Amino acid sequence: MSDNMLEVHDLTASYGQVDVLRGVNIEVKTGEVCVILGANGAGKTTTLRSICNMPVVSCSGTIMLDGNDISKSDTGATVAQGMAHVPQGRGTFPELSTLENLQLGAYVRTDNEVNDDIDRWFQMFPVLKERKNQAAGSLSGGEQQMLAVSRALMARPKLLLLDEPSLGLAPIIIEDLFGTFKQINEDEGTTMLIVEQNANLALSIAQTAYVLETGSIALSGPAAELRNDPAVQEAYLGA
Amino acid sequence: MTLFLQRCIDGLQNGAIYSVVAIPMVLIFKATTLINFAQGELAMIGAFFAFVFAVQAFSLPIWLAAIIAMVLAALLGMGIERTLLRSFDPSDHLPIVLITLGVFYIINAFAGDIWNYQAQPEVPNLLYDMPNFGFWDMGEWMQGRSSFFTSEENRLGLRIQHDSVGLIGALLLMLLALHFILNRTKMGLAFRGVSSNTESSRLVGIRVGRILSFGWALACSFGALGAILVAPRITLQPNMMLTVLVYALASAAFGGLDSVGGAALGGFVVGLLNSLVLGYVADVDRLSSLTAAPLVMPVILLLVVLWFKPQGLFGTKTVERV
Repeated sequence: MSDNMLEVHDLTASYGQVDVLRGVNIEVKTGEVCVILGANGAGKTTTLRSICNMPVVSCSGTIMLDGNDISKSDTGATVAQGMAHVPQGRGTFPELSTLENLQLGAYVRTDNEVNDDIDRWFQMFPVLKERKNQAAGSLSGGEQQMLAVSRALMARPKLLLLDEPSLGLAPIIIEDLFGTFKQINEDEGTTMLIVEQNANLALSIAQTAYVLETGSIALSGPAAELRNDPAVQEAYLGA
Repeated sequence: MTLFLQRCIDGLQNGAIYSVVAIPMVLIFKATTLINFAQGELAMIGAFFAFVFAVQAFSLPIWLAAIIAMVLAALLGMGIERTLLRSFDPSDHLPIVLITLGVFYIINAFAGDIWNYQAQPEVPNLLYDMPNFGFWDMGEWMQGRSSFFTSEENRLGLRIQHDSVGLIGALLLMLLALHFILNRTKMGLAFRGVSSNTESSRLVGIRVGRILSFGWALACSFGALGAILVAPRITLQPNMMLTVLVYALASAAFGGLDSVGGAALGGFVVGLLNSLVLGYVADVDRLSSLTAAPLVMPVILLLVVLWFKPQGLFGTKTVERV
């Protein structure tokens, strides 16, 4: 494995005439939790969507996943190469049952340990086990987010991209969820890139942080440092 | 009472025909959320494929010809999806629906040119010519009961076409097979995934294009099988599916456009309603002088369903809690 799980060089993206990203550079070290902070419209979601080459945007730049150039790989191929993405709005299959969602999460896998993994995530999120045969669309917001994360982890990714996992959830659930992220990162060694508006919590579990402002990186450094940075405190931590 | 029973039987007999066209339509709708207007014609051409291999060219047994026809129809469906539809934005329905209408006319004209618009006199019946593997021959079994299943009145005073029972049985088998493919195979799960959320499907690594091809192949091969089964009843000719398509559309909408079982049930409901309503309410003699008049019933049903319960009986009313 290379030192950097993800390297993004000079990423630009635009929706038609509107430039959303103007030369973004990001490095995520193998095994760490990295967070991208930014206000609405700063380009956080676009960054993640460009990294896994989802449609809608036209983008350019180089993206290296664990030493391999994936700039040209389509979304499906990036999954096979070890990157899983939990998009905003969960990215589950609402009409399918919880169990089927998890089975689909393992779609690219060919080994026979899929059921073991399902049991593992059911242990991590017992409520999902209770809702095993229920349609994903009928779960509560928090349960859907747990499902979305487990669905992504079913692919056994090296890198997990999380797009505003706290969106629309109650504070107590958010705290639990971030605790779980930290635990998964420590237990499985899954590298994580989290995009968040809830800066405080995100910085508390991250090692590295980037601040994205109107399409470019305004600040970056170790999470602990950014936490004490007066500019960050003022803009994102409500100090 | 006998007349009532007879109308119910007639309705169910016709209902089975609507179901076999409605089911593939629902498969395409599940994959793409659009109505494939060419579905009836694709099924019709499938029946002609079987006809070519069983009668016109190679005199193969009809069951073998049917298998070949299903494979050819599947390839045709995949080809249409790949060449005519894939390059269009799947969320923009109008151009795609127009293309399916175009395919409808092309296939119809093509078939008319080759086989002309007359009913073929000799259409082999798949139900009577199944490979029996030495233990049970359905054709023989039916013939043994020919005093009950007969186009004349039987001892209960009812007319039950011999192939209706077989047709309904075959329909149930088709449903079972589809249920197995969709719910017990990885491909089927991926198909339902794409049908539920295309973006999420890409995010788990599903090649959405391939799954769409698979959906078209599945729909067209089952459509061909359905047309082969019903061809002896409704005659084999290029326009055989024209009116059936309207009934099938009403059936699919009634059952819920994304529910395979619903479409099957919808077919029977439309068949029954049509037979009973036309039988008791309408003055059939006067109506049938206007050839298209019986079609009023499915269209009215379609309107009522879309008005009061747009998702149909078993369709999903987009469940989403955010």
